[in-house]
This record gives sequence, C-alpha cells and structure tokens, in this order.
Amino acid sequence: MTTAAPDDRSTVAARGQPTDTPASTTGAVVELDHVTKRYGPPGTPPAVNELSLTIPAGEICVLVGPSGCGKTTTMKMINRLVEPTSGRLTIDGRDVMQLSPVDLRRQIGYVIQQVGLFPHMTVGDNTGVVPRLLRWPEARIRERVEELLDLVGLEAAAYRDRYPSELSGGERQRVGVARALAADPPVMLMDEPFGAVDPIRRDRLQNEFLRLQSRVRKTIVFVTHDVDEAIKMADRIAILQRGGILAQYATPDAILSHPANEFVERFVGADRGLKRLSLARVRDLELIRPVLVRAGADRTDARRELQASAIGFALLVDDGGRPLGWIRDTDVDEQGPIDPEQATPGASLIEPETTLRDALSTMLASSVQLGAVVDQNERVVGLISVDQISEVLQSGLLPGKTDATG
Amino acid sequence: MPPGEPLLRPDWVVNNLDVIGERLAEHLGMTATAVGVGFVISFVLALLIRRRRALHATVVGAAGILYAIPSLALFAFLIPFTGISFVTAEIALVSYTLLILVRNILLGLDSVPPDVLEAADGMGYTSRQRLWRVELPIALPIIVAGLRIATVTTIGLVTVTSLIGQGGLGYLIVVAGINAFFPTAIYVGALLSVALAVAADALLLAVQRRLTPWSAARGETS
Repeated sequence: MTTAAPDDRSTVAARGQPTDTPASTTGAVVELDHVTKRYGPPGTPPAVNELSLTIPAGEICVLVGPSGCGKTTTMKMINRLVEPTSGRLTIDGRDVMQLSPVDLRRQIGYVIQQVGLFPHMTVGDNTGVVPRLLRWPEARIRERVEELLDLVGLEAAAYRDRYPSELSGGERQRVGVARALAADPPVMLMDEPFGAVDPIRRDRLQNEFLRLQSRVRKTIVFVTHDVDEAIKMADRIAILQRGGILAQYATPDAILSHPANEFVERFVGADRGLKRLSLARVRDLELIRPVLVRAGADRTDARRELQASAIGFALLVDDGGRPLGWIRDTDVDEQGPIDPEQATPGASLIEPETTLRDALSTMLASSVQLGAVVDQNERVVGLISVDQISEVLQSGLLPGKTDATG
Repeated sequence: MPPGEPLLRPDWVVNNLDVIGERLAEHLGMTATAVGVGFVISFVLALLIRRRRALHATVVGAAGILYAIPSLALFAFLIPFTGISFVTAEIALVSYTLLILVRNILLGLDSVPPDVLEAADGMGYTSRQRLWRVELPIALPIIVAGLRIATVTTIGLVTVTSLIGQGGLGYLIVVAGINAFFPTAIYVGALLSVALAVAADALLLAVQRRLTPWSAARGETS
C-alpha cells in the first residue's frame, strides 16, 4: 500500500511535487471530434449528435442546455463513464479510448451535484482517495490532503478527522472539490456542482471556485442548466439543444450579443442585454468626478463646482470621506454653510468589483439615479450613473472587453 | 416429574459444571459453524444475484422454502443421506440462515447511495476495489443486523438438534431434563441458551459499532 512501484513514482514526480503549488499541473486541451452517443440500436435518435468542441487548456467550458440535451452524457464520455458510439475524444492529443477507463479516471477530477462523498471515510480519507488509488506514499498523501483542505478553505486540523455526515452542504461541496483536485489532474469534470446548495451559498461557492481556478488553471468541463451560472463561470459556453446538437459555442459575451439562432436567443432569455451587463464590472467604467461637500462647508464653492460638473447632485460626505447623502443643486441656492438636513440620505454604495448588472439594480432602487463608488474603507472614489449603463446597453460595447466576438 | 423433586438443585449444577461447560462450548461451536458457513454461502449468492438480477427471485424463493420446512421434517429428509450426525444438524442450521443473510447482504449493498457509486467510478476505483472499499463498508451495519438475527435464531434452533444426538445445551434440556424428568437440567439448558443468544447479539452489535464509527457520527448530527 505504501510502497510505490518505480514507474508509479516517476509519474507522480512528473505531476509536480504537492509542496510547491505553482509547479502543479495546469490544464490540458480537451477535444471532441464528431462524437455521437446513441443509447439504443442504430437508427434511434442519438443523445449526442456529431458533437465537435475544442476546449483550450486552462479554460472553463460550460455545457448548458435544457434537460435531454445530452450535456451530462457529453461530459461523462470524457472520463468514459459513458462510452461514445462514434467519434474521437482526446486529452492533450491522447485518445481516451486508448487508456483503460480506470487509469483515465484517476487522471481526471470529478465533482457531482450530490457530491457523493464516501460516508464511511473521514474528510481526510475522502480527499486522499485518488492518491491512495495511485499508491502514493502515505506521508505524501497526508501532506497533500492538508494542502488541499487549506486550498478549499477548510482548516485541516479541524476537518480532517470528521465524517461527511458532520458537515454542512457547503463544506461537503468543498471537500468534493478538494477530492477532485487531489492527484492534481489536468482536467476536471463538474456536473452541476453547486446545484444542491441555496442561492446565497451558491454565489459564494462560485466566487470561491473562480478564485481557486485562477490559481490552479485546470481545464474544466462544467455542466449546468442555469444560464446565469453558465455566464458567470464560463470562459466558453457550449449551448446544446435536444438531441445533443450544438447550437452555439462561444464566449459568454459573444453568445449574449450575437446569439447564433432563435433557440439560443430564447434559451438565454429576452433579458440577454441585461445579462450581458454581468460580464463587465464597475471598475471598467470611466468614473464621474464627484462634487463632495462636508457639513458646514460654504455653499458658494459647492454651487460653482456643481455648475461645472452638470450632474445635478453634490455628495455629502463625513470627515473620513464616507458618503452620507445627496444634495440637489437647487437646494444650494442660498448663502451660508451647508445644512446636512437638506441631504437625501442613503447614497447607494457600489464597489469597483460589482457587476454592471448589480450596480444598475442598486441605483434603480434608490431615488437618486447615481451610485457612489467606494474603496474598502468606504471612501468615495467616484460616481457612476444609470445613464452610463444605458449607454453601454445601447452601444452594445462592453467596457473593459476588447473583443465581443470571442 | 417424580414427587418431591425440587425445581432447581444447585448441588447438581455445581457437580456437573464440566458437563454444562462442554455442552455450552458445543452449542457455541455449532452456532458459529452454521452462521459462518451460512454467511459464506449467502455472500457468494448475493454477489451472484448482483451480477444477474434474474437470479434474485429463484434464490430468495428457494431460501424461503428452506426456511419454511419444519426442522423435524428436514432431519427426516436428510437422515437417509447423512445419517444421525453433526453434518445433518449443520445442513439444517445453515439452511435456516440463508434467507435472512442473503436478504440482508443484498439490502446492505442496495443501501449504498447511487451518487456514492458514481463518485467511486469517477474516481477510478476498479469494480473489485469499489466492492471491498466502498460498498461493503457502507453495507456493514445492515449485514451485521442480518448476522445478529441469524445468530440468535440459530442459537435457539441448535437445541432442537438434540433429537438427532447433537444439540449442545439442547442435550441438557431434552436428554438430561425432559427424558429423565429432571427440571434442573431443563432450566440450566434453557437459561444458558437465552444468555448465550443475548451475549452473542450484544457482542456482534459492539463489533459493528467499532467497525463503523461513521454511522454513529451520522446519528449524532441528524
């Protein structure tokens, strides 16, 4: 169990020492070439039909579509949980049919919706399953498990010896991801991995996973039926329609701005323009210079500044530069010091990382259609307006994106 | 019962401790043999059924018929072939364990959640590794539950084999007790048989708890 055969050791070494994270294996190119899967005899309608896709190394490719579109079947053909009827699937040029299914699967991470943790194994043993199957030495497995739990945000000392039944849904999902990453596979398959957690926790797990992916750079095939999740997670989206026919394969932006056909248009929804706004962030916009006033400051200065800027509102801030409320330019007519009572309280606070879509809904919910963009200390760094975002919608050009075609 | 004979004669018990001990050991041995052999046969049958589901009805049906045959009738059938012997007794005892054990082994294996099986395949377990490292450990509590029922039942049935010259504690009850109109032997045999059943059941449960700490963890949180 603990002694590895010499050739095992060399493969293990080639996969990169687990102690130095930057040297870990990054993604491999996954290619599907005219892949067809038919569950019945020849002549029956195929579940996946002549599907060709090239997934570049290190990217997240989301397979999305209505139920019965063959997205899960497509994913499972990559690790041969489903055998293709015809066509070729390769990982870094190697035909998956040339490898034994067991060897192939040990080189591919696998995460499923119900997580499927082994209930009779501790978190540590669950995480170390694949290294153990690959006969890594025990000391190395222990080290790797610790590193992985840390990577997914679970403190090894506190979690290693617990059983899955003692974890929350979110914690189980993280262990599932750690287990899939254990042998440092170049490719990961994820089947609706966040489908079973509530929306708030799902959003957090998605963000966490994206941060993790920016470090590990695996090639990820991700299946979901949720368009919003696809747009959020994907570098590339493959939209499948019933019968396993590829409707469009492109970047989220290209799919939202140029849907290939009516099916894609309907599938992504009538609000695709709005959805596209979640692809850009507030920091990508050119911020408007705010007119900042403090309580007790002289009105004449404020008036002069307001006339110059033409946004119609001054932002009342406290001594730390934190916004308190808006003051309409018409209220700054008289002479004398600024009266904080005149301010409309509750300026919408927007972070530079906020998506344009979320920023828009925040601004629309407040009486003043402006947003105060603040830094970590809630100090105002600039303003954005609803007009700026509707300009983006009208022009079709997303700020911060160089190409819309992908 | 002869007039004036007391229900329990402690002096007899004290004087015959060696005989009682011998019969107790014999009882234990016959039970262990029956449950052990029965388990091996049931395990193989259960694995065969898992491979070919069509066998399920046949095997469980046959085990059910065996289970329904009265023990006395079964002895009568077997004596022409295997005589009045230990083998005859064990064939009968083993037959009675099969239904319970096959059913519980299958129930246990079927209790493994499908997502766990899918994950095991996806991780790259071979089918044999999956069986031994994933399915059987998860099935263990239900399999042991079957073993407990089979063991308690067998301990009771062993006494009946005294009719064909075996019987363990049954010898005390039937030969030394009923046939000789001697209540003390009946009480000693019956009480020890019950005590043995209770002890064996508790021991198996303790072993199962030891082997499946995770199932206790589940109980605590949910």
